[in-house]
Amino acid sequence: MSDATRPLIVGAGPAGIRAAQILVSSGIRPAVIDEAPSGGGQIYRQRLVADERSAKDLYGSEAAKATALHGTFAGIRDRIDYYPETLVWNLRDKAADAVTGHRTRRIPFSHLILATGATDRVLPFPGWTLPGVFTLGGSQIALKSQGCAIGEEVVFLGSGPLLYLVAWQYVKAGANVAAVLDTSQFSAKLHLLRGLFAQPSVVLRGFRYAAELMARGVAVRFGVQPVRIDGATRVEGVVWRERDVEHRLACDAIGYGFSLRSETQLADLAGCRFVFDARDRAWRPERDGAGRTTMPGVYIAGDGAGIAGADAAELAGERAGLALLEDVGLSVDHVRIGVLERKLASISKFRDVLEAAFPFPQAWANGISDDVTLCRCEEIAIGAVRDAVRDQGVFELNRLKALTRVGMGRCQGRMCGNAAVEVLAAACGQSPDAVGRLRAQPPIKPIPLGVMAEEETA
Amino acid sequence: MALLKRLARHELPVVSFTLNGEACSGRVGDTVLTAILTQSDRLRPSDFSGAPRAGFCQMGACQDCWVLTGDGGRIRACSTALEPGMRLQTMMEPRS
Ligand SMILES: Cc1cc2nc3c(=O)[nH]c(=O)nc-3n(C[C@H](O)[C@H](O)[C@H](O)COP(=O)(O)OP(=O)(O)OC[C@H]3O[C@@H](n4cnc5c(N)ncnc54)[C@H](O)[C@@H]3O)c2cc1C
Ligand code: FES
Repeated sequence: MSDATRPLIVGAGPAGIRAAQILVSSGIRPAVIDEAPSGGGQIYRQRLVADERSAKDLYGSEAAKATALHGTFAGIRDRIDYYPETLVWNLRDKAADAVTGHRTRRIPFSHLILATGATDRVLPFPGWTLPGVFTLGGSQIALKSQGCAIGEEVVFLGSGPLLYLVAWQYVKAGANVAAVLDTSQFSAKLHLLRGLFAQPSVVLRGFRYAAELMARGVAVRFGVQPVRIDGATRVEGVVWRERDVEHRLACDAIGYGFSLRSETQLADLAGCRFVFDARDRAWRPERDGAGRTTMPGVYIAGDGAGIAGADAAELAGERAGLALLEDVGLSVDHVRIGVLERKLASISKFRDVLEAAFPFPQAWANGISDDVTLCRCEEIAIGAVRDAVRDQGVFELNRLKALTRVGMGRCQGRMCGNAAVEVLAAACGQSPDAVGRLRAQPPIKPIPLGVMAEEETA
Repeated sequence: MALLKRLARHELPVVSFTLNGEACSGRVGDTVLTAILTQSDRLRPSDFSGAPRAGFCQMGACQDCWVLTGDGGRIRACSTALEPGMRLQTMMEPRS
């Protein structure tokens, strides 16, 4: 190893922290950048200031893991160059453009570990832009980090393990949960029995959450088809269909989502090749079992590499750190590598079970009506996609973006991208992998005005 | 009026700010989003139709929570900590 080994880790969640720990333990000093003010990532996000709640209150069954991860990060703090509240908005010429407040700087690196995590995967339906509608992840952040419920009478809607987890966390914290509306069928949950061997504690915990919700009188419904969210200027109720019968429930807040989507923009800017992941219905950076991408010196770990959850993120972060050490010629513990890879393989199998238990609502793309807002930023309707297919012969996502501006707004397709793919593919009679993938563009998130100019004169 | 309901952190010190010129208070450790939505039900009008918006993802991804500050700046409410004396505006003209 030479002194020129200066890795940069983007993301201080479970994956990024474990990668940093491995590098530090071999005497390497990585830079670690994260947009958040403190380490922990999404699941182990820390509050801005401490309050009366304990780690157990915040992180439940995962409290010990959260505390251990925060402890690790604090322990290596003086052996890394840590940039909190800093966004990496571009990558070029082996350097990251990183903005902190109004100041942007270039941070050169020899190696890059991307541990950028995920955000909620959402689908539009009527009323989804109303005040009082939040993502499931957003609902959880409101509670964990801010001690707030998203409303007085909350309905959780969608699919995925987070649906039951967040609902249960709300009930535990004293919020009123009016209903949990699961878009997948009850029969799909039987797939979880297969998962009992691989991850018994996770499966049993899931069943316990559902049972406790029901025991506390929360209506839990399966096979729900969302019809609309009612309200003039904020949420007043939700309407759904269940076996062709329409139901309505009054509520003032909706938390919803359909599993997660990976943050992959930086891997794109780094030049990594992507592959289509049929299980996640999304493109993800191609990687080997250790987290090496197709670009030499660029590694990827955690949910940003494909959705696998927090435990997998820790393991994959460690594995990617070890891969980097191997690649610079340092000795590594091969027994440990075997253990990590076996555990990751087992979790990956379990992901198949979860996907079968909480399947993506495939019927959505053909059922959603033309007038529903697809793009929140630019306020473009679903019908614009179908028009572009019919009138302009569009069959590719970036062409759709150029013609309709879908995916071009401030969120850069984070909120509408998955839905645009599904609607475009359905309108073309294609599968989602056939319509291409949205290209990332710098800055990958809006940066304050004036920052660019300052950088150019620097 | 409020969208969010506080379940914890009641005992933390108060932080004063103004919202559209009116005196308001939040708590130490609040984000600007929390501080506003525990008293109001909107953060901004949408850019084109002017329909009310109140954030969505709370994790800096959707960009649906930008609010104006007294000095004409814009901040992303969900990822900005509330500071004493902030002058926040949730009323702006839509783009078209
Ligand atoms: C709200 C929420 C709740 C979740 N709850 C659970 C749960 O209970 N159990 C579970 O197993 N999984 C949960 N997940 C899934 C979760 O994403 C993973 O379990 C875990 O957090 C993944 O770890 P990670 O290190 O890959 O990414 P994350 O924990 O997401 O960390 C990624 C970090 O990278 C930073 N980052 C990303 N891009 C940039 C950039 N360009 N510049 C600077 N910083 C950047 C982010 O700020 C973030 O801190 C949740 C996800 C979300 C969104
Ligand atoms: S609420 Fe989504 S960016 Fe702030």
